[in-house]
Amino acid sequence: MNIRSILSSRWAVLGGFALGAILLMGVAPAVLSDFRLGLLGKYLCFAMVAVGIGLAWGRGGMLVLGQGVFFGLGAYLMAMHLKLADAPASTGVPDFMALISSDGVPWWWEPFRSGAVTLIAIVVIPAVVAIVLGLATFHRRVRGAYFAILSQALAAAFAIWLIGNPRSTGGSTGLNNFKGFFGFSLRDPANRLMLYLIAAGALLAMIAIARQLMVSRYGELLVACRDAEERVRFLGYNPATIKTAAYTVAAVMAGIAGALFVPIVGIISPNDVGIVPSIGLLIGVAIGGRTTLLGPVLGAIAVAWAETSLSEQFPSGWTYLQGLLFMLVVAFLPGGLASLAPTLRDWRKHRRSDTAAGQPGVAAVPEGSA
Amino acid sequence: MNTGFNRDYLQISDLRVSFDGFVAVDGVDLVVLPGDLRFLIGPNGAGKTTLIDAVSGLVPATGSVQWAGTELLGRKVHRIARLGVGRTFQTATVFENLTVLQNLDIAAGAGRGVRTLLRKRSQVPESVTEVLATVGLTELADAQAGTLSHGQKQWLEIGMLLVQNAKLLMLDEPVAGMSAEEKDETGELLQRIAADDRTVICVEHDMDFMRAFAASVTVLHAGKVLAEGSVADVQADPRVQEVYLGPGAHTAAEVEAVMGEAH
Amino acid sequence: MEVLLTQLFNGLSGGSILLLAALGLALTFGQMGVINMAHGEFIMAGAYTAFVVQKALGDAGVSLLVSLPVAFVVGGLLGVVLEATLLRRMYHRPLDTLLVTFGVSLVLQQLARDIFGTAGVDVPAPAWLSGPLEVFGFSFPRTRVFILVLAIVAVIVLAALLKLTPLGRRIRATVQNRQLAESSGISTRRTDLITFFVGSGLAGVAGVALTLMGSISSNLGTSYVIDAFLVVVIGGIGQIKGAVIAAFVLGVVQSWVEYSTTASIGKVIVFALIVAFLQLRPQGIYVVRSRSLA
Repeated sequence: MNIRSILSSRWAVLGGFALGAILLMGVAPAVLSDFRLGLLGKYLCFAMVAVGIGLAWGRGGMLVLGQGVFFGLGAYLMAMHLKLADAPASTGVPDFMALISSDGVPWWWEPFRSGAVTLIAIVVIPAVVAIVLGLATFHRRVRGAYFAILSQALAAAFAIWLIGNPRSTGGSTGLNNFKGFFGFSLRDPANRLMLYLIAAGALLAMIAIARQLMVSRYGELLVACRDAEERVRFLGYNPATIKTAAYTVAAVMAGIAGALFVPIVGIISPNDVGIVPSIGLLIGVAIGGRTTLLGPVLGAIAVAWAETSLSEQFPSGWTYLQGLLFMLVVAFLPGGLASLAPTLRDWRKHRRSDTAAGQPGVAAVPEGSA
Repeated sequence: MNTGFNRDYLQISDLRVSFDGFVAVDGVDLVVLPGDLRFLIGPNGAGKTTLIDAVSGLVPATGSVQWAGTELLGRKVHRIARLGVGRTFQTATVFENLTVLQNLDIAAGAGRGVRTLLRKRSQVPESVTEVLATVGLTELADAQAGTLSHGQKQWLEIGMLLVQNAKLLMLDEPVAGMSAEEKDETGELLQRIAADDRTVICVEHDMDFMRAFAASVTVLHAGKVLAEGSVADVQADPRVQEVYLGPGAHTAAEVEAVMGEAH
Repeated sequence: MEVLLTQLFNGLSGGSILLLAALGLALTFGQMGVINMAHGEFIMAGAYTAFVVQKALGDAGVSLLVSLPVAFVVGGLLGVVLEATLLRRMYHRPLDTLLVTFGVSLVLQQLARDIFGTAGVDVPAPAWLSGPLEVFGFSFPRTRVFILVLAIVAVIVLAALLKLTPLGRRIRATVQNRQLAESSGISTRRTDLITFFVGSGLAGVAGVALTLMGSISSNLGTSYVIDAFLVVVIGGIGQIKGAVIAAFVLGVVQSWVEYSTTASIGKVIVFALIVAFLQLRPQGIYVVRSRSLA
């Protein structure tokens, strides 16, 4: 690779990020209404989860069906803090708890009165859960379908636990009706814009991190693990560590996304974290192209947008469409829309009879299980 | 340590592997020294592949496998690999979606720290460049490994063992499906590798290839060592002839047809 | 003592429901490697079949017995259609079958909501299953005893089918070595279809049994499908007997944990126990050894 191509690719990357930042942080707030911007902020949260899924599933081959758990952990931690901060100073008990019983605040809520503890927990708790689960399963070579089913069972158990403890988690209604966010009123449009900008910034940062991981030697190693895990072992690596790292990064991204989702959307409930929403997060990734960097992001935003617009008009129509998308995209276009791009490029190249070598195909969707 | 004798040798004693009551390797004793190019031959089911599976940590075994004075049995696969023990598989297993260069770079990097791992590869490690030339894949460095021919994949695998700096190389049917020329090139490559003070063990069914390149031969039968020695010794051994040709006396022509011409 | 026995019976009863739901999966997931999330909706289809049959026949006693074979065929046909249209092209991508069949499950659930409404419907149990069965001074609900017996019968029939019939031999041959089976003159396409028919048909039967447990709605399947998959995972792939043991053990453990704690924390504890169990036996109770690298 010569210097010029390195420079040009570096400039292209920087330019791409600058363009993304201008679109998300400049153009979108200027042209969209407050309401629409709030919706976009919500889609960006799903896109953050999608970046992690792209890394863990697309590059690492781990079918992560329980990302709703990490999303939910981040969301509920943030929601607990906001509820405690909103609580009347006299009692310190959040409104919904005071309604249900007079036992006061459960002991495990107490640490989250502190904003700093909450912010640390939002990153650390999903990471710890992912590390424990990742090492426990990958270390014993529980993988492929088994891992997918376990991650789904975790999502189910988490949602059932939330619903079963209405006094401390709000039950099936979840936690809602937040008034402030670290001292800023959520009613004020300026503060809501600030939240949107934080979400946009977080998404761009996560894309940058995912990109660095994908182009690094670690990224190559991760693809190697996806395609031939045993071979990696015989080269002296421990695949469990490699895969757990990607799984943990994906979990932390989902946790942060959940934490931002709460003040932007104003509610978190078991409906956002169970089995169905957890798998639902995957369809955007699949449509956009699971092995690519931007495919999952664009796919997740497009799917979330389609869901909002369609389910307003045809509530049952959206479920049919979502089901059909899963069936058709995964069965017939496993590489997602991104896999059409090289085909188009080849076709144009043919026309110009250009014979430059293509990118190495990490984008290829692997066969078999991981 | 006496008189500079290289202690990096493989010593297998009383190795036993059984699967659900079926004994695949039944008390094998084997010593292979550096510089040796040892062929493991024997009929199907003799326990050849299982033996190298046991040494590389893929299947549990009893007995003892000492490599360079370290006991290997009971260690995890990746720990054994880090001790300088490398192997290939009957079906070439390379990372098909990565380039030849990326394959070798990964093989070279088991000792890398987190910081190196998280960075992009800025330059090709010297060992990788050398090995690319050794296995004759320099031209194809940027080709996707999935597009290589069968023989090229096997060479890439051998190259991966070399950059991994394996001192004990165990190859499982490296020339299966290769053309005659490719076989010769592979054989010469293996001889060069062994000459570099490495220990090479080659499981092979191809008798012509074995005859042309083996420095020594161990014949396994039903999980036990049947015979050991030079190619000529082994070919002349009546017990070996019996295993390959059935009981009774055999003419020179028969022996030659199956085992190749004795030197 | 009485608590112990009641809990044990509840556990076995819960296990028998799990077993009915998991038995079909032991075929389609265990033997064929397909992760069919729509299995839960095949259970739902079986339950609604029982509902429709009862509406048509009126008599609860007869309709339950008629429903069982009809639901088997309904579930089986759904499975065959799924296999022939989508799954047959995906055997080399087992993980992706999970997502495709999840899409199918979304569509089937929505169809059920559009046809039968969102509210749950009831299928009354026949008179001969109402009330308790008295044994040695203990009383057990007759419906639960019926499900237990049904599960045991289903296991015996399936085991006999796999072990004794030519069809069973073809199925096992195809699972163990597809290419060899093909070259021995077995039509693996037909075997796949039949395996899927039987596996999905068993889901239909499970659905009929579930109508005895309470009202049915479109999300009936989702509550059982994950537990059913866990049964197959714990039991070990490719073994019916593993699924049987796993289902009853999981049923008893679940019943005990939920009795000693609460239903919601019980789920979390059972999940942790399963992960811990897989530390000891990553491939389940029964492991089929193979020489392949994977």
